[in-house]
Amino acid sequence: PIKHAEHFSNHLSNIQNTRTEDTEQQIIRETFHLVSKRDENICNFLEGGLLIGGSDNKLIYRHYATLYFVFCVDSSESELGILDLIQVLVETLDKCFENVCELDLIFHVDKVHNILAEMVMGGMVLETNMSEIITQVEAQGKMEKSEAGITGAPARAVSAVKNMNLPEMPKNINIGDISIKVPNLPSFK
Amino acid sequence: MALKIVKGSIDRMFDKNLQDLVRGIRNHKEDEAKYISTCIDEIKQELKQDNIAVKANAVCKLTYLQMLGYDVSWAAFNIVEVMSSSKFTYKRIGYLAASQCFHEGTDVIMLTTNQIRKDLSSPHQYDTGVALTGLSCFVTPDLARDLANDIMTLMSHTKPYIRKKAVLIMYKVFLKYPESLRPAFPRLKEKLEDPDPGVQSAAVNVICELARRNPKNYLSLAPLFFKLMTSSTNNWVLIKIIKLFGALTPLEPRLGKKMIEPLTNLIHSTSAMSLLYECVNTVIAVLISLSSGMPNHSASIQLCVQKLRILIEDSDQNLKYLGLLAMSKILKTHPKSVQSHKDLILQCLDDKDESIRLRALDLLYGMVSKKNLMEIVKKLMLHVDKAEGTTYRDELLTKIIDICSQSNYQYITNFEWYISILVELTRLEGTRHGHLIASQMLDVAIRVKAIRGFAVAQMATLLDNAHLLTGNTQRNGICEVLYAAAWICGEFSEHLEDPMQTLEAMLRPKVATLPGHIQAVYVQNAAKLFATVLRKHEGETDSHAAQETSQLLIDRLPLFVQSANLEVQERASCILQLVKYIQKLQQKKVEVAEEVTALFAGELNPVAPKAQKKVPVPEGLDLDAWINKPPSESESEDEKPKAVFAKEEPKHSRSRHTEVDEKELARRREARKQEQANNPFYIKASPSSQKVYDAPGVEHIPVVQIDLSVPLKVPGMPMSDQYLKLEEERRQKEKAERKKKEKKKKREKRGKERKADSGPESEEDITPAHQVDIVTEEMPENALPSDDDDKDPNDPHKALDIDLDKPLADSEKLPVRTHRPEVLKSPAEDRVNENIPQETKKRSGKETKEKKKGKEKDRKRSKEEKKKKKHKEVEEELLESQPEEAVQSEETKEAATPPTSTSAEASDLDFWLCSAPVPPAAQEETAPSSAAAVDTSSAAAPESEPDEPKDAEPEDTKSSKHKKKKQKKEKEEKEKKKKKRHHHHHHHHHHHHSDAGGEDSVQNGTVEEEEPLPPMSNYSLLAENSYIKMMKEDADQVYDIQGNHQDESKVVVSVIFENKSDSFLKSMEFNVLDSLNSKLQRPEGAGAHDSLTVPFQLPPGISNEARFVFSVQSIVMPQKLKGTLTFIVKSDESSTHEKLDFKLHFTCTSYLITTPCYSDAYAKLLESGDLKGSSLRLEGINMPFHHLLARICFHHHFSVVERIDSCASMYSRSIQGHHVCLLVKTSDQTVSIDAKCDEPSLLGNVLDEIKQTFSKC
Repeated sequence: PIKHAEHFSNHLSNIQNTRTEDTEQQIIRETFHLVSKRDENICNFLEGGLLIGGSDNKLIYRHYATLYFVFCVDSSESELGILDLIQVLVETLDKCFENVCELDLIFHVDKVHNILAEMVMGGMVLETNMSEIITQVEAQGKMEKSEAGITGAPARAVSAVKNMNLPEMPKNINIGDISIKVPNLPSFK
Repeated sequence: MALKIVKGSIDRMFDKNLQDLVRGIRNHKEDEAKYISTCIDEIKQELKQDNIAVKANAVCKLTYLQMLGYDVSWAAFNIVEVMSSSKFTYKRIGYLAASQCFHEGTDVIMLTTNQIRKDLSSPHQYDTGVALTGLSCFVTPDLARDLANDIMTLMSHTKPYIRKKAVLIMYKVFLKYPESLRPAFPRLKEKLEDPDPGVQSAAVNVICELARRNPKNYLSLAPLFFKLMTSSTNNWVLIKIIKLFGALTPLEPRLGKKMIEPLTNLIHSTSAMSLLYECVNTVIAVLISLSSGMPNHSASIQLCVQKLRILIEDSDQNLKYLGLLAMSKILKTHPKSVQSHKDLILQCLDDKDESIRLRALDLLYGMVSKKNLMEIVKKLMLHVDKAEGTTYRDELLTKIIDICSQSNYQYITNFEWYISILVELTRLEGTRHGHLIASQMLDVAIRVKAIRGFAVAQMATLLDNAHLLTGNTQRNGICEVLYAAAWICGEFSEHLEDPMQTLEAMLRPKVATLPGHIQAVYVQNAAKLFATVLRKHEGETDSHAAQETSQLLIDRLPLFVQSANLEVQERASCILQLVKYIQKLQQKKVEVAEEVTALFAGELNPVAPKAQKKVPVPEGLDLDAWINKPPSESESEDEKPKAVFAKEEPKHSRSRHTEVDEKELARRREARKQEQANNPFYIKASPSSQKVYDAPGVEHIPVVQIDLSVPLKVPGMPMSDQYLKLEEERRQKEKAERKKKEKKKKREKRGKERKADSGPESEEDITPAHQVDIVTEEMPENALPSDDDDKDPNDPHKALDIDLDKPLADSEKLPVRTHRPEVLKSPAEDRVNENIPQETKKRSGKETKEKKKGKEKDRKRSKEEKKKKKHKEVEEELLESQPEEAVQSEETKEAATPPTSTSAEASDLDFWLCSAPVPPAAQEETAPSSAAAVDTSSAAAPESEPDEPKDAEPEDTKSSKHKKKKQKKEKEEKEKKKKKRHHHHHHHHHHHHSDAGGEDSVQNGTVEEEEPLPPMSNYSLLAENSYIKMMKEDADQVYDIQGNHQDESKVVVSVIFENKSDSFLKSMEFNVLDSLNSKLQRPEGAGAHDSLTVPFQLPPGISNEARFVFSVQSIVMPQKLKGTLTFIVKSDESSTHEKLDFKLHFTCTSYLITTPCYSDAYAKLLESGDLKGSSLRLEGINMPFHHLLARICFHHHFSVVERIDSCASMYSRSIQGHHVCLLVKTSDQTVSIDAKCDEPSLLGNVLDEIKQTFSKC
């Protein structure tokens, strides 16, 4: 199963095995260190060190502009399959955030978590069909909105006001070529 | 401005939300910690408020902080509060926080059980979904136990969204609560065929994950997965299944054979690289599991290698990497097919990606041969020079050594070359692997006697140029090589040309900067050299040289006597005194050489690294027993173990030396720089750093070179390349000579036959340069075979090694919510208690059963093999002629027949595996003798349907396609029938399995402490004559069918029939004279005295088991039934009708069923006062208490409720629901049993039987 999923520069981490915060941070640092120093045109697999749980485990990552999506998986997962899963994740994020940018992910960590939860559960791949994922995420979003109802309105207004004060929050940082093709990998859809 | 005011006021009304927090942290880059601590204070305030919205917001922020590495466990209770909010928005926040922050140690998890249960059964699917998602992250054994049943219900939820989540989370539940696996498995299996693809995929996921760890328990699912594989179009599912088959094939080679074709098809047809890759991987696994030699499989290997080559050649680095990875798997079994792609792999060594280079290196390991070793190593040496990172360079170094030393230096033809390679490697800067090189040098020098002269010469040069190795950085591990060099020079000093010079080199003052353990070796070996020098000069009239040597030692050793290292100091002072004494003798002209040499006499032999471990423990020696009384704990705390032995010492001194030396180095460097600056004509290094000693061969090495990172050429050392050339020349020459010889021969044989040209050199053609005798490492006599099976004892999957084919017992239910959940407190403990004896009982029972079964199986197997051989030709023909499609669809159909019961599946699997490609017609064609074999082998009796296949024969005229279809149908029918008929049989068959499985699952180390139990057999002889032996199993499989007949119970008796004669036994009929109380169950329509046909025949030497059902009315009394077995003995000449009388004894014990009972329930039962008591005393029992208990459990179907020292309470239940409770106490040799039961006569009889059991032993 998938041991943990992280993506850097906004530090979302989803570690499936329970560990203390310290080891968690250490893992993230180490992983970031390993992944970020890798060149652009080399393979996206990193064989396991001790920290990520031994030789059975691998780091599989994808790099989009300033973002790294890293999954740590054991030998029961297909390497290329996970690369595809990351692609699905990124595309889903793109759809859910309407043209996703790095700041979206930074400011809405909870939402990212919720999207990821629709794809991976307890370390196992739950759903790979993007439209199904989006349907579920949106349905839950709708439910949230209906619950917020009238009471939610002022809060929204406030955050709108707050955002007005923030010209530096650009909505259009594109995360680059989001449709980086996995060569020869027809869809899993 | 106005906006700011508005914002400020609203800000106070509304707390910071997550976005504000993130923004704040980003704006406070400099004092982040401070900012966050104020935020945490705010959050603490917010959590104190009653408003759930505020709380949720606070928890949401905490989740983020947790992600940044802050400990938020203090808020665990607030998280639970938010989780229990009725609003989905907050609930989700709460569960997200819980999934991030909770772990097994979080104590508030206990409080969540009911909340989660409520959420799971919520009418809103997203409440349930969120709860499942959260639970998957923080499920604990307690939660798993309490919620397993709820989750299992959700597996059949109407919404696929919930179903798939419930299915997936079951995996986590199994891990935490292994007992849930068996009860939940049937439903999980059902989900494999769920209409929703997501649910199906989740089920595949879970089962694949389970099966990966314990594949043998899932073999019976193979047909189902096969069907899924051929029908599914979801690549995720396909990949999982294909991976699963990869794990299953090693257990069942027949499965592999079946897989190859569909996999090959997939490889050809799929366009998805990921799927292709997994297919190739599984084909490789299959090929590995199949023994090679199957001609048609070389094609599959070729296909795999071909496809992998395409991957490796791809520009995508990922594919390249995976291709190499898979290639290395093929390498293990089919090195030849990989070797042809050497070019490609060597090319990958140049790749810019380190991961790929490392993979390629791995592959090289298996690709070397005698022929290409030198060439490959040369290439690697080039890479060593080029490599920039030290890690990669070190990796290269280890690989070179691995490659060369593999399988006892198998591929090295020239050891001089290897030594020079090792010497060249010593010039690597900053490598960590000095010790590796050193150990290789030692190993080769010790084991290859022929090379010693050369090795010693090389080592002497190394010692002479030691400053090159140590000159630059002291920290560098390469100086370890000097350890080996000094030792080799000392030990084999007789080979040294100029021992005096080497001795001088070893005693240079600079040696004192080496690590302590190396110095120690230097000193010791200096003494050895000294002895050699003395011997050399003995007998010479002029003793000047010898005395000079003594003087040298006396001059130089004091340096070492002052060493801070204890070892060095001790050796040096010892040797110094010795030399002084020798000098005195020398002055008196006494000949001492002999005596001095005697100090170092004797040869060292290499000892295998594992030799010590393999020394068998002498009988009667208990290594675990204390020799003295164990020290008290306080003592051990006070006295810290001191590092007495050298190992820790050198490290210590080494680091100190390093320090000193670094300072020294820095100082020197400084001095040198200054001098250089002052000297405008500077070319060479200053003489100040050139050192005091002037050894020959050193002066002309410009010292400046030391600072270059370019590897040095040490003068006087041969380069390995020269060897390569020499070797090539030598081979050429040899070849030429051979050709000459051949020509000669040809000339001689001219006209007789033309020999083909020798062609390219083959392995065998290459003879080693010098005949080497590689001394094998010594092992102790009668060394034990290695059985190092290191499995991780902490692996959670170990507990999941559970047989899943065994039918579910009553007791195996998932705990359901009760009104008093605290009653459940006991299971964890009780399980342990009650399992101890049960387990032992099962184990011993299993042993005997297994043995029997094993024998049977062996026989079956051999039969099967014979059969297979016969079939083989036919089979192959058929396989060729059949279009692939037909085979596939046939298999699919077969698999599609709904599994009627779990227990029948194992036999289905056999059938599915062995006979699928063979149409029944083919079976018919074989000799009738094999028909009998088929009977016994598959335990199915196709004999009884001979008409069906025969029917097929006349239809030969019809088109072959049509015929096949029909055969298919027939086979299905046959299979179904077989299933029905043998369902019962297998039911019991699997009982054995399950015992084994159950035992594995509960092994928790408690039993191991006690002595092993003597084997106990459950089978007793029923009757025997010269033809046949009947063994009756104590009715262990008693089972009752309550409900229909209140007062009538059924008992199954299983009887083993063993044919002792050389003849064929058939038409066996079993009959029993019914009593009023007990009746043999006969098929409907049969008369009360009709006999039952035993459903098999017995070839000579074969045994088989049949089961007979009896209905019993009263079980309080033991019964005896008279019976007869009639059978026909058929030999070649004649056939006779024989009979055998027997008596079936139904003890009261046989009506008892082993039923576990929790101690609380047991106590309640005793308190109820419904039971009547009785007691029993047994004298002279001298067996351990646990043996006694095990016997009662085993022979009388009790289970232990509780055991305290020499007292145990036991429980059993009769098939009619009587409770039997025992209290067993033992003291000295007396055992007293107090018993209570609601049926006194039953109890009395049971006690009598127990008494009998123990009177027998």
